[in-house]
Amino acid sequence: MEFLLEISLVGLAVGGVYGLIGLGYVIVYRATRIVNFAHGNIMMFGAYCYFTGAAVLELPWWAALPLAIAATALLGTVVERLLLRPLEGRSQTVALLATFGLAAVLHGLVQLLWTTRNFFMPAIFPQQPIILGAMYIPANTGYGALLALAAVGVFLVLFRVTNLGLAMRATASDQVAASSVGINVPAMFNVTWACAAATAALAGVVVGSITTLNPNMGRIGLSVLAVVILGGLDSLAGAILAGLIVGWLEAVTGFYLGASYKDVVPFLVLLTILMVRPHGLLGAPRVERL
Amino acid sequence: MTVPGATGPAGPTAADAGGPSRSGRAAPRRHGQVDAAPHPAATAAGGTRAAAARRAGGAALAAAVLVAVPLFGNSYHLHMACLFGIIVISAVGLNLLTGYAGLISLGHAAFMGVGAYGVAWFSSRLGLPFYLCLPLAGLLAAAAGMATGLPSLRIKGLYLAMATLAAQFILGFVFNAWEPVTGGRGGTNVAPAQIAGLQLSTEREMYYPIAAVAVAALLFTRNLFRTRVGRAFIAMRDRDSAAEVLGVDPRRYQLAAFGVSSLFAGIAGGFMAYFYKVVTPGQFSFQLSLFYLTAIVVGGMGTVQGVLLGAMFMTATPAALAAVAGAFGPLAAGLLAPLREVLFGLLIVLFLIFEPGGLAGIINRIRKRIQPQNAAKE
Repeated sequence: MEFLLEISLVGLAVGGVYGLIGLGYVIVYRATRIVNFAHGNIMMFGAYCYFTGAAVLELPWWAALPLAIAATALLGTVVERLLLRPLEGRSQTVALLATFGLAAVLHGLVQLLWTTRNFFMPAIFPQQPIILGAMYIPANTGYGALLALAAVGVFLVLFRVTNLGLAMRATASDQVAASSVGINVPAMFNVTWACAAATAALAGVVVGSITTLNPNMGRIGLSVLAVVILGGLDSLAGAILAGLIVGWLEAVTGFYLGASYKDVVPFLVLLTILMVRPHGLLGAPRVERL
Repeated sequence: MTVPGATGPAGPTAADAGGPSRSGRAAPRRHGQVDAAPHPAATAAGGTRAAAARRAGGAALAAAVLVAVPLFGNSYHLHMACLFGIIVISAVGLNLLTGYAGLISLGHAAFMGVGAYGVAWFSSRLGLPFYLCLPLAGLLAAAAGMATGLPSLRIKGLYLAMATLAAQFILGFVFNAWEPVTGGRGGTNVAPAQIAGLQLSTEREMYYPIAAVAVAALLFTRNLFRTRVGRAFIAMRDRDSAAEVLGVDPRRYQLAAFGVSSLFAGIAGGFMAYFYKVVTPGQFSFQLSLFYLTAIVVGGMGTVQGVLLGAMFMTATPAALAAVAGAFGPLAAGLLAPLREVLFGLLIVLFLIFEPGGLAGIINRIRKRIQPQNAAKE
């Protein structure tokens, strides 16, 4: 029982990180109705940027982390400007295909720039494992989850209280109305992508610390795609909730059935939710009007 | 390769890629010209008879070339020809689903895998002959595809694409984990195909069956879109609610599209099994799904020419890249896979932005410029 509790806690911690990754999908989807297939690889790019700053240039973490976040946010704006703006007005599936192409480009580019080797992320968190009674939580996972949840909280508050956040929410809910009250809608799309990429960079640093840094770490983004669909593509709270659910399910499945079963869990969840409740746990049902 | 100023004139109904090819088809009718489809009033015109003769000549030439390839080519040529044929068969399937019916599949490779493992199992466990294994493997893949399409009874668009993504990873997991049937990570061996005591083990011997099926697949798509089912696919893609009003049940046709598409994927996968004589999970990874999406986007979604051009491109490019990298020595060889990925990804993006009609769209435009009379026939 104690063991199950420990496994569950680790699972929930991973789930918190999923929530942070999922946040990026949701922000972009709410504003632009695009599912950014490349989000996992943008996250990976952020992780490699941090690695370059902290390990190659030997910057302290408080310098390397903002630099990595800024570089990734810049990537987000470039992607929006060069890839998605020209596709405006085309169908959702075309945009999905385009981000699919972007994912491939980033995956290849990371291998060209940083080779296919595994790297260890320079430690960003305290390295003593967290011990709760008889339970043991690996340091990077535990602190990573705390950082992820804190970031989600900060982001949500900024989204609520700042003028920029208000403008972004207005754009997400009604583009025409937002435009008519003087909000620069294309600029908002751009900022949205930058924000999503910034959260991705942070998530990348956390994920890279928990596992290692390698060109396939972006694949976690696909599992998180299952998470955000479970939560509801347009629900920020749903992403967090679903992240915790999927993280826990993965941990428990991995414990009882073996690690290879773990990876398939999100996709089984995905297929199930698509059949039972396609708009997700907390998402708004889509109503189609002619 | 892509000209920024040449962005296709996407019509108001061109909700997805393939718009320019449709407006291309509509053009001749506007100018009072004869459409490629047989039209009772038009067949009498002399111009069409000449065109028909030209087409028959072209077909005869193509057939002659196809038959002659094994007589003159060396084993490398035949290897490439077989690969090309397999890519054509599978791309026909994906093009049907994505290009014509407008449903994205991110799991095409997995359905090919179902076909390949199907062939391995039917031939080694049940001892069935080649000509039964392939269709059975195709049907097995079609069943898997339709099962994946089942959520389409409730969802569409983006969500359906997610279902195919789930299928890719769940099937990939099954390939790895179901060891008694699939052989797990190491995969399973496939005995060479046999027809009437004749063993088809080399590229030269595999060529004819592959070529025959590839040609059949191409003819099938070309003709399908003169039938009710094919037109229903297109109607569904362009405006599903309008199609529904006209009596096209989108759910039924979506399932059909998934079935037919995976049928071709399964047959192509089956040929891969016979061709490589081994089936491993790694062959049918997510990367291969990307490969086929690139093929149809680059070739031109929703056209028969597009499949051919895309398959040619995807056969030639990796070989050309390998040749270039080989010239730069072993260091460059390690960069081959990432380079290819960057290239494929860039091509998808650039074609979607600048030339949604793909290579087929480019060629059509060039033809229109050279011969305004005969252009836009496809």
